[in-house]
Amino acid sequence: MSGLSIQDLSMRFELPNGGSVQALENVSLELKAGELMSVLGPSGCGKTTLLNIVAGFLAQTSGKLVLNGHEISGPDAERGMVFQKGALFEWMSVRENVGFGPSMKGTPEKEKRETVDHLLDVVGLQDFKEKAVYELSGGMQQRVALARCLANDPDVILMDEPLGALDALTREKMQSLVLKLWKETGKTIILITHSVEEALLLGERLIVMAPRPGRIHKEYRLPFAELGVGADLREVKKHPDFGVKRDEILSMIWDMEEEIMGRTEDAA
Amino acid sequence: MTGLFVLLIYVGMFVGAYFVVTKVVQSATAKDYTSLKTVTFGDESAVRPNRIAGVVSIFTLFLIWGMFTGSSLLPGFLHAPAPFVGTAEFTYTAEANGERDDATVTVIVHPREEKTDAPEVELGDGFAKNDSAAIAQWRTGLIRVDSNDEITKSDGAEVVAINGQPISRGETVKIDSGTVTLSDKGTPNYAPSRGWQMEPLYLPPPEAVWTRTGKVLSEGFRSFTLFEHLGYSLFRVVAGFLLGALVGIPLGYAMGLSNWFRGWFDPIVEFMRPVPPLALIPLVIIWFGIGETGKIILLFLAALWIMAIAARSGVSGVNISKVHAAYSLGASKSQLMRYVIIPNSLPEIFTGARVAMGVCWGTVVAAELVAAEQGAGMMIMVASRFQNTDIVILGIILIGVIGFGIDMLMRYAERLLVPWKGKA
Ligand SMILES: Nc1ncnc2c1ncn2[C@@H]1O[C@H](COP(=O)(O)OP(=O)(O)OP(=O)(O)O)[C@@H](O)[C@H]1O
Ligand SMILES: [Mg+2]
Repeated sequence: MSGLSIQDLSMRFELPNGGSVQALENVSLELKAGELMSVLGPSGCGKTTLLNIVAGFLAQTSGKLVLNGHEISGPDAERGMVFQKGALFEWMSVRENVGFGPSMKGTPEKEKRETVDHLLDVVGLQDFKEKAVYELSGGMQQRVALARCLANDPDVILMDEPLGALDALTREKMQSLVLKLWKETGKTIILITHSVEEALLLGERLIVMAPRPGRIHKEYRLPFAELGVGADLREVKKHPDFGVKRDEILSMIWDMEEEIMGRTEDAA
Repeated sequence: MTGLFVLLIYVGMFVGAYFVVTKVVQSATAKDYTSLKTVTFGDESAVRPNRIAGVVSIFTLFLIWGMFTGSSLLPGFLHAPAPFVGTAEFTYTAEANGERDDATVTVIVHPREEKTDAPEVELGDGFAKNDSAAIAQWRTGLIRVDSNDEITKSDGAEVVAINGQPISRGETVKIDSGTVTLSDKGTPNYAPSRGWQMEPLYLPPPEAVWTRTGKVLSEGFRSFTLFEHLGYSLFRVVAGFLLGALVGIPLGYAMGLSNWFRGWFDPIVEFMRPVPPLALIPLVIIWFGIGETGKIILLFLAALWIMAIAARSGVSGVNISKVHAAYSLGASKSQLMRYVIIPNSLPEIFTGARVAMGVCWGTVVAAELVAAEQGAGMMIMVASRFQNTDIVILGIILIGVIGFGIDMLMRYAERLLVPWKGKA
């Protein structure tokens, strides 16, 4: 069976003071190969925790994770991760960063070179191959991170607010790039974001999570990602359904946030 | 008093040069970006060392050094008042059996290195006879004026005035070239005026240090050449530091990567860290003697903890995203170590190495001060025992220059080898 299956996943953090946090409770999800899913939710609802478990950085307290027929345990090159920032290796050039995965696998030099050159062309950094990563702007660095992830040819790409640190204009360009790469490579992608518009644009599927305990609150299937491939994203946003969905989800999250605030006030 | 004067000159130079340089000279210099900043007070990045100030500062130090040592490099009018040298004369009045008589004392004050005899003087008339003496510069001398008199102190003669000014035992009278104090036993003690300059024994003038440098360069010191002395010190530092780094860095990595290592070595490292290496010198001497082994072990210990702590914090300072990213890209543990942990910790290790080299350099000098057959510290220690202040000063300058050189070299290596430092 091809795809990612998350079954009854629960995660509980034991705190040093004896208490505990139920970060995820009975989360179940089926993701087919090649699907693009965005995840939304108020702060602290367990999005990062979910992604870290899928990536294999954390072990769940209960539940099962199956990717392409085998259970997930620990990090692996089949699941690539794009972090918000700070995950590039400053001591390596752009080329070496992108070639990191192939180098670890021992890919022959020539083949590696071709992969890296191709990917840097795709993300538009052909002129920066030999630069140090700290000489690049934030948007360029995220493109390097994307290329580095793709160079490893993973089955699943996990992104935790990959565009969160970018300015609006760069962000829009990067959104188009993500869509383009998704279509061209056919990867399964899970993307966490805080921006409702971004979630709508970059999700064939969109899940909204609710906090305490972290769980899936609502799920959508959306046409916008398909529409956005190769198109002007600003046009996509003018789609009549786009505004409706955006307002619906915004007020949903807003209610959750209010509920959290109310609860903390009660507790105080 | 002299100290206050030195401070005044120093502050004067500081303020004077400030006004001359900033108001007159620099108003003509080109403007760059920083000079366009309006908020500079409080913006540390806008504070750049004024090069002219640096030069004037060094010049001032040498100027004051020269002024107060009567340096021949400076024109005479810049010298602080010099100590008296030449022939001084004063009269004393002796009283015995109700009679008084005057006699003259002639004193030759001569430079210390020139042996000079007391001049011949006529005895003169009366019961008090003229006297003479020779005193070295900076020194004072008891002058037994009564010894050639017809009535001596033991016969009841007593000095009652100097240059006509009445004096009694324990009192002091000023004369042109210094002071005369009557001792408790009634003998005049002549102190030639010392001026405001430092005695060469305490602070030789710059040119004396310079000539001594030439001499030590050509003749060596205590059967080793100057370069051998410095070379020995440097060799000990480098050997001790390298050993310390060789053990300390892997130890620090192990402490940053393994619970067991961290638990085992934390108490030792945390205990040894605040112990100044100087405190270990006595124990090291007891155990290993004063030879090379002891010194290198001492420096090894000085560098070890610093390097271990630097490596440990280099590992713990790695952004966890980088580690996660590397594992997700298929790195094994040893690949993670080699391509992520080690390069990521290099900036910290270089910072540690710079600190360790500094500490080692200080420690080796101290250890050589205590006991050594050769080395920079031994050189100044032995020189000070023989009051060769010029060699002491030469040694201190060289130690400073080498310490500075080591630091510059480390910085250079750092820029070359870890250009990504501070760029994360
Ligand atoms: N290592 C941990 N130890 C204890 N509690 C944790 C730990 N990591 C996360 N949590 C808790 O789990 C809950 C979910 O955290 P998580 O980081 O997954 O939220 P998030 O949805 O990613 O939030 P954000 O949108 O702010 O990134 C939070 O309440 C958090 O306090
Ligand atoms: Mg998060």
